[in-house]
Amino acid sequence: MSPTETKTEKIDGWNRPPVIAPDGEGELLEVAMGPHHPSTHGVFRMDLALDGERVVRLKPVFGYLHRNHEKIAEQASYLASMPYTDRLDYICSLTNNWAYALAVEKLVAQQVPERAEYIRVILGELTRIQNHASSIGFLIQEMGASGTPLMYAFKEREKILDLFESLTGSRMMCNYMRFGGCRVDVSAAWLDATRKVVAGLPQFVDEFETLLSSNEILMARCQGVGILKPDLAVNAGVTGPMLRASGVDYDIRKVDRYGIYDRFKFRVPLGDHGDVYDRYMVRILEMRESIRIVEQALKEIPGGPIMDPKAKIRGFRPKPGEAYGRIEAPKGELGFYLISDGGPNPYRYRVRPPSLINLTVLEDMCLGSNVADVVLIFGSVDIVLGEVDR
Amino acid sequence: MNIERAALAPPLKIQQPRTTNHGSRTTISEDALLGEGILKGMAETAKNFFLSYVSKERLTTVEYPEQRIPTVEAARVFPFLVYDGVDWEAGLRCVACQICEKECPPKCIYIDKSKDKKPDYVGKQQFYPTRFDIDISVCMSCQICVEVCPFEAIKMDTEFELATDDRFGGLLYDRKQLARSNEYYHSIHPTEASEVDARLGEEKAKVEAKARAAAEAAAAKAAAPPAPPAGGGS
Repeated sequence: MSPTETKTEKIDGWNRPPVIAPDGEGELLEVAMGPHHPSTHGVFRMDLALDGERVVRLKPVFGYLHRNHEKIAEQASYLASMPYTDRLDYICSLTNNWAYALAVEKLVAQQVPERAEYIRVILGELTRIQNHASSIGFLIQEMGASGTPLMYAFKEREKILDLFESLTGSRMMCNYMRFGGCRVDVSAAWLDATRKVVAGLPQFVDEFETLLSSNEILMARCQGVGILKPDLAVNAGVTGPMLRASGVDYDIRKVDRYGIYDRFKFRVPLGDHGDVYDRYMVRILEMRESIRIVEQALKEIPGGPIMDPKAKIRGFRPKPGEAYGRIEAPKGELGFYLISDGGPNPYRYRVRPPSLINLTVLEDMCLGSNVADVVLIFGSVDIVLGEVDR
Repeated sequence: MNIERAALAPPLKIQQPRTTNHGSRTTISEDALLGEGILKGMAETAKNFFLSYVSKERLTTVEYPEQRIPTVEAARVFPFLVYDGVDWEAGLRCVACQICEKECPPKCIYIDKSKDKKPDYVGKQQFYPTRFDIDISVCMSCQICVEVCPFEAIKMDTEFELATDDRFGGLLYDRKQLARSNEYYHSIHPTEASEVDARLGEEKAKVEAKARAAAEAAAAKAAAPPAPPAGGGS
């Protein structure tokens, strides 16, 4: 588009002032990327202003998948919100269950039996492994390697989902955790099956790394792209693998030590550059650490009840008060903030979704990069729109 | 970099793994053959491709309509109503207490309570639902109705091929469509159904024992006192 052609106040019939390029020459091209773009993991729009191939401005537009989760929860009983939390981040429903159960348990000062805590850790870490595997798969898919790496990731994810299905009855919408424990007990056969799957996981991660980590195309596309500086990451409230890829040592499993995480030996992987490649590597390393946690938990899991006998299911009315329960979900800090007025439903129910807050730094990461890299940077944030829009 | 939040974390004794090794990481090297990493990855793919002929572990897909993976025992799709005996209407365990209607998160259960009562499995007079509809286009298979039901009357089905061309009536199941026999329940969730049967049997035995004791007491009462009134009445 030459400058002489574009000296009009109207762009495609739209009555708006033209955006002037920073150097003062010519106009910018405005592109709406999404909401049906296949790389946007759902329905999400990015309004880009392009100077040639370079991104000058990026405005994220979300809300297409808004379904009033918080308001519905304020009108439903505490238990009835549990299946809705599955639908927030539908890739990892068990960690959502856990965060919500933790918030309600804090609200009513409910104890959780030992065995239930172990089951929660096992399921939470398996969820982390399958989330990271599929998120890397999607990232590579967005880079242009259509199919193979994603299918490798899904092959392994399938095994973990089979475990979830045989325990909870559903592959993705598990609805498993309850206030004061878990819904059904794990059988010895299930634990054996889990041990078998977990024993095969390190081989999968190795295979995945052989396939990808030293791939020249991946390195060329990912290294030095979408750099997020640690101070910006902290100021913007970014959490999860994205924050750690920027080199900030912050993991709620270590900070809060919720549940029984103080009993396990694991390390928190950190990145140095904060680019897409570091985010990819941090996820790979986190999968390895999660495998270690699951192995330890499977070794130590005690017998006993899975549900506190004092826990109430029907007629659940917490005393007036408030609580904020947060966990390290695979995508970052997932928190539930509840205010009770003594009634059967929460007075205020608020979700702090990691995806939404990690997305706020998208523009800062994308400025100055190419359009093709925007897709990649967006993929490396690892979001699920169900959680962003709620 | 001043990060107060990071200060919250207790000092860690163990060395954290880094994505880079002392500041330098794998990058595209000028000395090595360009494309070596790609070739390595392709070798991995080729290994998987050829070994899938040998090892079943690597062949993970099935051709669905012809080949089917059996559903697991815990599987849940949509709820159904359990009935005992042969007649579905007489044997329905549901007593129309409407707890599930109230607890259902998406509110997809519609119940009308009967005016009259009929005997339940222990012979106690109970209400029954004159209407019990579930809109399965709204139902989200969360199993909360099953958890809150105190009468073991509603359970989860494993039937998933339910496609219909009627969006409205075809997806609103009434109590006749929802009714399934206890035998069917045993066939899909054997362990769970046996536990439920044992529990119900125990309750029934308790009620029967109580009734028998009451009947005996009544009989004893009826048998013993006739003498004095007979004497006094004359």
